Amino acid sequence: MRRVSPFGGLTLGVVVTYLSLIVALPLAALVWQSTKSGATGFWQSLTSPEAVAALKLTLATSLAVALVNAVAGTVIAWVLVRDEFRGKGVVNALIDLPFALPTIVAGLTMLALYGPRSPIGIDVAYTRAAIVLALLFVTLPFVVRTVQPVLQELDHELEEAAESLGASNWQTFSRVVFPNLLPGILSGVALAFAKAVGEFGSVVIITGNIPFKTEVSSVYIFGQIESGNTSGAAAASVLLLAISFGVLLLIGALRHWTTRHHA
Amino acid sequence: MIAGLERPDAGRVTISGEDATGLAPRKRGVGFVFQHYAAFKHMTVRGNIAFGLKIRKRPRAEVRARVDELLALVQLQPFADRYPSQLSGGQRQRMALARALAVEPKVLLLDEPFGALDTRVRGELREWLHRLHDEVRVTTVFVTHDQEEAMALADQIAVLHEGRIEQVGSPRELYDQPKTPFVMSFVGAAAQLGDRWVRQHDLDLRLEPAAGAFEARVERIARLGFEARIELQLADSGTVWAQMTCAELDRLELERGATVWVMADRARVFAGD
Amino acid sequence: MRKLALRTVALGYLALILLGPLSIVFWRAFEKGFGPAWSAVTTPAAMHAFQLTLEITAIAVPANTIFGVLCALLIVRHPFPGKGLLNAFVDLPLALSPVVVGFALFLLYGRTGWFGSWLSSHGIRVLFAMPSMILATAFVSIPFVVREVVPVLREIGTDQEQAAETLGASQWQVFRRVTFPAIRWAVAYGVVLTTARSLGEYGAVSVVSGRLAGQTETATLYVSDRYENFDIVGAYAASVVLALMAIVVLLTMNLLRPKEGVH
Repeated sequence: MRRVSPFGGLTLGVVVTYLSLIVALPLAALVWQSTKSGATGFWQSLTSPEAVAALKLTLATSLAVALVNAVAGTVIAWVLVRDEFRGKGVVNALIDLPFALPTIVAGLTMLALYGPRSPIGIDVAYTRAAIVLALLFVTLPFVVRTVQPVLQELDHELEEAAESLGASNWQTFSRVVFPNLLPGILSGVALAFAKAVGEFGSVVIITGNIPFKTEVSSVYIFGQIESGNTSGAAAASVLLLAISFGVLLLIGALRHWTTRHHA
Repeated sequence: MIAGLERPDAGRVTISGEDATGLAPRKRGVGFVFQHYAAFKHMTVRGNIAFGLKIRKRPRAEVRARVDELLALVQLQPFADRYPSQLSGGQRQRMALARALAVEPKVLLLDEPFGALDTRVRGELREWLHRLHDEVRVTTVFVTHDQEEAMALADQIAVLHEGRIEQVGSPRELYDQPKTPFVMSFVGAAAQLGDRWVRQHDLDLRLEPAAGAFEARVERIARLGFEARIELQLADSGTVWAQMTCAELDRLELERGATVWVMADRARVFAGD
Repeated sequence: MRKLALRTVALGYLALILLGPLSIVFWRAFEKGFGPAWSAVTTPAAMHAFQLTLEITAIAVPANTIFGVLCALLIVRHPFPGKGLLNAFVDLPLALSPVVVGFALFLLYGRTGWFGSWLSSHGIRVLFAMPSMILATAFVSIPFVVREVVPVLREIGTDQEQAAETLGASQWQVFRRVTFPAIRWAVAYGVVLTTARSLGEYGAVSVVSGRLAGQTETATLYVSDRYENFDIVGAYAASVVLALMAIVVLLTMNLLRPKEGVH
């Protein structure tokens, strides 16, 4: 028996054409450009000291930010689901603000409190700490929003059952609640990491973009484009593209794993 | 497949003598009632029933009159402006039935329509559907796993087993002249004695040996009010259940552990079994 | 006690990362009174920038909405080879650096790009003009409608659509009268997210636009331009306008959210 499919080839044609024009073709052009200088040229561009420094900084700050998010995001999600306090609705709505706020405004926002004219006397402008702060701002929603629904769905009876079997609070959390949250936390962390690796708008203002010190990969690429070094920009871009694909694959595998687990 | 939602691998579907195999669902004139109602959740009961008529662009007055008529037929007038989420399962299924009837289908297809309902509601709806069918008189295909439902409602029953039709016939034919062991045990309780199949209530228990009788020991007796069921351990091997009235059981004075001889005069032997 | 501690941690973190910085932006913008801020956002350049942003959004969002609904239908209702690849391309903008997006478009439509020479010989300007900015914005905001609609389509199943078909509805009638009413809130939510992302786009647009003041300068580019020219009030005032837009987006999101799964 075959299901009669209600949607014809027209839909497929429209979708594939649009996606090709907007997403696939430009990316193909990018990959094509990176191959023009040959394998050696590509490798040289990729491993130029400035590019390597930018990449190392990007990965280190993104990793740090992902880890902070894993903890802070889970705690915030927990508080939003299991705690009751006045103004919870507002706090819950605000979590999405970093998503809705343009990144360039996010950068200015961090600079306003933690910059040269800081009213609380903390000035981290043009340092690596500033990068971390800006990235923490823009990645805030990811872990919260992936953990929150799981926590809401999680059966209270599960925890009560664990407690009735003599588990302590900590044991209940670490052995019953946490394993259930883990896929959500991981995919949130992965998304936050990917976002952090590619972030541009919020870091470009607050870091001052000092090569070898506060220049992250996306800012490095921007600089190379401005100065006309197309092959350098292309090599670094292809690397970021590969990282993005890798993270998405990882999230896909995670999703696959969880659905199989729950089936 | 009858409604055209799935395509057959082989064979043809004919409706009123016309080949409908390649016809799109919307052109077949088959009224389909789904097991899980498939109610349009964003429309009221009235909107649901009117859907097919609106699609056909019937005049508004005609639609209203027809919907009122159908609401009366399925006894949902008081709920006309409610949404499906505000109805019980039985009410939703009556609405789905009215929706299917609205477009005057050539065939009405009911796919386990009462499957998701509890036993009491099922019984009530079955009676109601029977009366409705007398009023509406449209060829109805009723799919069910409940043989009692099938026996009570149908003029013709087709018994399907592993994708094949085992037998087609009236309820009485199926019961009295089953063609396969599957049909026999499906439409009524049956027991197997060697290569012979017999209705449980046709088993004749005796206290003395007789020619052609099987020796057995009484394992368990369950009194269900009017009737009783007796589990018998056959001397050869295997167990069978026998069925008799409690009065007969008392007459025989059977007890657990007693030895009996089982006669199966009205048994059937199926070829190739 | 434990609850209170967690609440303090969660709210404290949010105050440091989110609320503190944001309130300072508002304060800074109106530091010198309402007048200067108002005149900063009503200069011709500012007005033009906001208008350009709205124009780009007004084209990119409807295009992505139609694409998103079709794509979701395709993914859920029409299994086909290459579905995994389609999924990956739809998700990619979530994880890819906007600078890389802009650069890819830059390469495709630039003078030496695949389309660049043909387009320039026909007198069509894509790069450093509206078309490339629309393409960049559409690229980064592609996933949102798809991601909101897919789970809802999955959940409603095909029963209602099949019922409509047996009642004589054509494919278009099934979509308009049964499928669309069931997914409309998800579409609306996706549209809000797409709009937010489009209004705030910075990195990709800053690569392809050429940043010509008064011509190809969007609201976010205007903010960074003002900041780089030491016009702090101008930068913060325009930021406040964008932040207010973000807050409107948040309010709309919260109005729409309870409507999901109403039945």
